[in-house]
Amino acid sequence: MSQRGITLYLHVHQPWRVKPYSVFHLAGDHQYFNGTHGDMNNEAVFHKVAEKSYRPMNALLEKLLHEHPDFKLSLSITGTFLEQAEAWAPDVVASFQRLVATGRVEIVAETYQHSLAFFYSRPEFERQVEQHRHKVEQLFGVRPTAFRNTELAYNDELATWADGAGYKAILAEGWGPVLGWRSPNYMYRPTGTSHIKLLLKNYQLSDDLAFRFGDTSWKDWPLTPEKYAHWIDESMQSAPLMNLFMDYETFGEHQWHDTGIFTFFGSFVRHWLEDGHGTFHTVSGAAEAFGASDEISAPHTITWADTERDLTAWLGNSMQQEAMKYLYELEHRVLHSGDHQLISDWRRLQTSDHAYYMCTKWFRDGDVHAYFSPYDSPYDAFLCYMNAIRDLRWRVMNDERIGGIHG
Amino acid sequence: MNILMLGWELPPHNSGGLGVACFQMSKALALQGARIEFVLPYRAEHPSAHFMTIRSATALSPLHRYGSGAYDSARLTLEEVPSDTHDLRGVQKRYISYVEKTVAGRTDIDAIHAHDWLTMEAGMRAKQLTDAPLIVHVHATEYDRAGAERGNPLVHDIEQQGLLMADRIIAVSHITKSLIVSRYGIPADKIEVIHNALDVESLANHHYDTRTYAYLEDLKRHGYTVVSTVTRFTVQKGLAHFLRAAARASEKYDKLVFLLAGDGEQRDELLQLSADLGIADKVFFTGFVRGRQWRDAYNVADIFVMSSVSEPFGITALEAAYHDNAVIITKQSGVGEVLHNVFRYDFWDVDALADRLVAVAGSQPLRDALRQNVAYEYSKISWHSVAEQCLQLYGRLRPAAGRLAL
Repeated sequence: MSQRGITLYLHVHQPWRVKPYSVFHLAGDHQYFNGTHGDMNNEAVFHKVAEKSYRPMNALLEKLLHEHPDFKLSLSITGTFLEQAEAWAPDVVASFQRLVATGRVEIVAETYQHSLAFFYSRPEFERQVEQHRHKVEQLFGVRPTAFRNTELAYNDELATWADGAGYKAILAEGWGPVLGWRSPNYMYRPTGTSHIKLLLKNYQLSDDLAFRFGDTSWKDWPLTPEKYAHWIDESMQSAPLMNLFMDYETFGEHQWHDTGIFTFFGSFVRHWLEDGHGTFHTVSGAAEAFGASDEISAPHTITWADTERDLTAWLGNSMQQEAMKYLYELEHRVLHSGDHQLISDWRRLQTSDHAYYMCTKWFRDGDVHAYFSPYDSPYDAFLCYMNAIRDLRWRVMNDERIGGIHG
Repeated sequence: MNILMLGWELPPHNSGGLGVACFQMSKALALQGARIEFVLPYRAEHPSAHFMTIRSATALSPLHRYGSGAYDSARLTLEEVPSDTHDLRGVQKRYISYVEKTVAGRTDIDAIHAHDWLTMEAGMRAKQLTDAPLIVHVHATEYDRAGAERGNPLVHDIEQQGLLMADRIIAVSHITKSLIVSRYGIPADKIEVIHNALDVESLANHHYDTRTYAYLEDLKRHGYTVVSTVTRFTVQKGLAHFLRAAARASEKYDKLVFLLAGDGEQRDELLQLSADLGIADKVFFTGFVRGRQWRDAYNVADIFVMSSVSEPFGITALEAAYHDNAVIITKQSGVGEVLHNVFRYDFWDVDALADRLVAVAGSQPLRDALRQNVAYEYSKISWHSVAEQCLQLYGRLRPAAGRLAL
């Protein structure tokens, strides 16, 4: 009987943000991602987050892995992140490589571009997963055996696909309507699959760290390692799993250094292991160690975002739907062009963050603090993005040197 | 003839047609010998306005002359603190006291010419202090700005007073004149219509740079028709109707694209609407344009649309005609009184606009006829003749001042 434990999974990602790209850039300037101001300067943002999060957190993880043979975790690292890290912070790439080299840090598969391609084009989705696999093999020398889709967007169809593709495990949000009376702290099997295991995020305890940790108005602030371990024990009872899934940038970026997040995390890992609460598992390790307790069906797509746990933050309004429609309409012609730069730019525009920046639901409710975006408004995001798509279309045309351009 | 001209903006610091009209009118008056003192609410360089004396009522920059925009009176309330120059009302009060100081004790002013509600109070004070005749020039009323709604009652009251106190009123169109009669109860014989004009010279020495809108030029090479409008994105301009017509027209004729040059508080709403209508990729938003980007917005266009719900005049239609655009305007636009070789439709009639768009885009002969014939019309109107009419009007009012001098 395997020891009960925490499955810590952190998601590492940076998008290629589109600069303020106007109608006057169209058909002349084909550089969409070389913004120089504010949060549209991708390099500056990367340096900032590297300093606040990637470097200190990787140093801490490396130390913990060195000190505690039972400490394990899983990471998903997007291709767009790796491109930026390779260009601007090779030391960050090297630090991730050292983590993976311990053999106790698993890399989880996903789309290279952190896209929503699964919902638009299955062949393109598969190409991006393959591109990511290739990149991971090249940089880390490992082949992923677990899968997560962008924003943890999950449904039965995706599970069937991942099962067919040979993955041992897949991740999703432990959302009530899908779980029913069941607990996220067990291993499940997705409906209609034969081998793959489903790990569901315990959002209550994950979000205690990801969203609430530094909130001084939170009734449970400040969170101590002992308190957190106690909560986990209470939640798990006799269950085998505690799936803590969150953005890597929780550490140092969403929760700043001065909240004490790093100190807390180091102490918590020590406390959990040394006081005999349990162990840690990687995603694939957990899938091997524990059998499925039940079958879970998710006919409708769930994600790990918002109170709705659906795709509305990305595809909920007509601007987002229009933008994605135009983008994916170009698939055949872009790929057909054989123009590597064009294909790369088209794929970078698929990163889900672009659609997220166009989300108006917080804007409408006046809850603009929830709007994490380099743009002034979702409308500005939409303008820049639409212009970039038009320019992309212009380049496709130019490559084809034939008529029939659309709008 | 000494004219005290009270205005709120001049190029290059203008946000719309008001500044252009004030500038061109003053220039044409100066050329005919009038001496003009032009009072502005801000301080800035006006390199091409050497023909008159410009006075700055405050040390504010052009950007800070209003809290919420020269035309946007919706947020103005009576409660606002006058001493705070960050809001429009505060700047206005400063403007008034500056004008009071400037005219006090003077007898050399032959006429006070105040443009729109923003300067009407200052005009009334100047009239009281100098007894010179007050001409109120109406480029737009609160009814126009509010897009046929009632608008801001405070602004309406200022307009009402200014129109009553004025010795003579100039309306930029018959549409505006009848609005002043019907909405403000002013006798028709107190109001003179002097249409705006077009300064061909200032537009003539520009060479079209096809690279400005390179993408649209490319679309044109592939058979697309570019429909443009150059305007502020406010409810007055009827752009939501325009977009609905754009969507309707696109159903019938695929090779249409729409260039919305300008900016304003409605932009986000219009972006959203273009997506709702499924034509987001056919609609281009430029943001605020001036200089080359502004002129080339006309140059790249085949068809110009003025979709205003209520447009006292609409100089942009003249500018578009000059740039060889086929022009489609609403029946609620005053410029239709001087341009006849244009299509006219009721602002709310989405189908009518769509129908005309498709017709003009689909027929080269129709497009050519509209362009060529409208050229005869705009070439006949000039600021020179506007200035002549103004001078005649000042002259008729002078006896009042003359009596005082006796």
